Amino acid sequence: MVNYIWAFFIITGIVYAFFTGKTDVINSEIISSASTSINMILTILPIMCLWLGLMNIAKESGLLKIMSNNISPIVKKLFPEIPKDHEALGLISSNIIMNMLGLGNAATPFGLKAMKSMQELNKNKDVASRSMITFLVINTASVTIIPTTVISFRVINGATNPTDILLSSIITTILSCLIGLILDRLLYLLWRRNYEYR
Amino acid sequence: MNIANIILPFIVLIIVGYGIYKQVAVFDAFLDGVKEGLTMTIQIFPTIIAMIISVNIFLKSNILELVINFLNPLFNFLKFPKEILPLAVLRPISGSSSLIILDNILKTYGVDSFIGRVASVIQGSTDTTIYILGLYYGSIGIKKIKYSLLVGLMADISCIIIALIVVNILF
Repeated sequence: MVNYIWAFFIITGIVYAFFTGKTDVINSEIISSASTSINMILTILPIMCLWLGLMNIAKESGLLKIMSNNISPIVKKLFPEIPKDHEALGLISSNIIMNMLGLGNAATPFGLKAMKSMQELNKNKDVASRSMITFLVINTASVTIIPTTVISFRVINGATNPTDILLSSIITTILSCLIGLILDRLLYLLWRRNYEYR
Repeated sequence: MNIANIILPFIVLIIVGYGIYKQVAVFDAFLDGVKEGLTMTIQIFPTIIAMIISVNIFLKSNILELVINFLNPLFNFLKFPKEILPLAVLRPISGSSSLIILDNILKTYGVDSFIGRVASVIQGSTDTTIYILGLYYGSIGIKKIKYSLLVGLMADISCIIIALIVVNILF
């Protein structure tokens, strides 16, 4: 399916550009994309190194375990397939905390490690496990208590009170994440009924 | 008064302080983690380059304009403010482009307008679905993503609807 999505973006883009006579734009885009990704890796690299370094300290001192034990009641409910003492729960918790604080960049390294850790528990390495999907729903619907980037854009554009959207934003982010989790549960049940017990 | 400026040093202080308190070799532990960060970044590089190429071709072809024009009558019918539409369509696909759109909306319609507030809430309370799915699944080699994309996009749509309702009530 990933293959189809990837191809869909490329094929529709090129075909549409061909019909609208904008192939030269696409031509330069294909070439510059490669260097754009190098720039992106260069911005990601130091963040990954910094946070995974700090996280390793937190892991060895037991701080990660304390953290996962504290949010565990909720996180364990959401991830019934992950064993209680598994490292994945601590990583998932750290990722959620970073997202809540609006530190999206710092959330990514924890998220990637959490996926790796869930992949160890996954029976079929090609197929997304139930835990992974739930985790990604939490990430895409991201519960962000302090949307730092948006607030800074509001400051730049001269808002009378840049943080006046905070309450609406908190209500929206929590509600949409809840709806996401409910949909995730429903689709999981539907999927299991239709594809796994034939 | 950026809140992140206080949070970040505080988190670092707690992690290092607690490590010393628990007599962990903090420096060595940090170095091990950094090495892991290096290998992990190299692992995700192929995914990043693949995603940037496909998403950028899609965005630069301007096909989204066609999609937005196509959706316009429907949204007029639903009394959905069409100024939000470009942001709503772009938000799940590209984080940086949707930030540019947000900036445009704030400049055109005003930061303290209804449209400006709704746009800020949408940008702030959801993340780039396609990017996250691609990056996270790509990093561990998952090929069959089952209902992931469907849930992600449905959550995005509900976020937009909730943002409209909440801002309407609160302001």
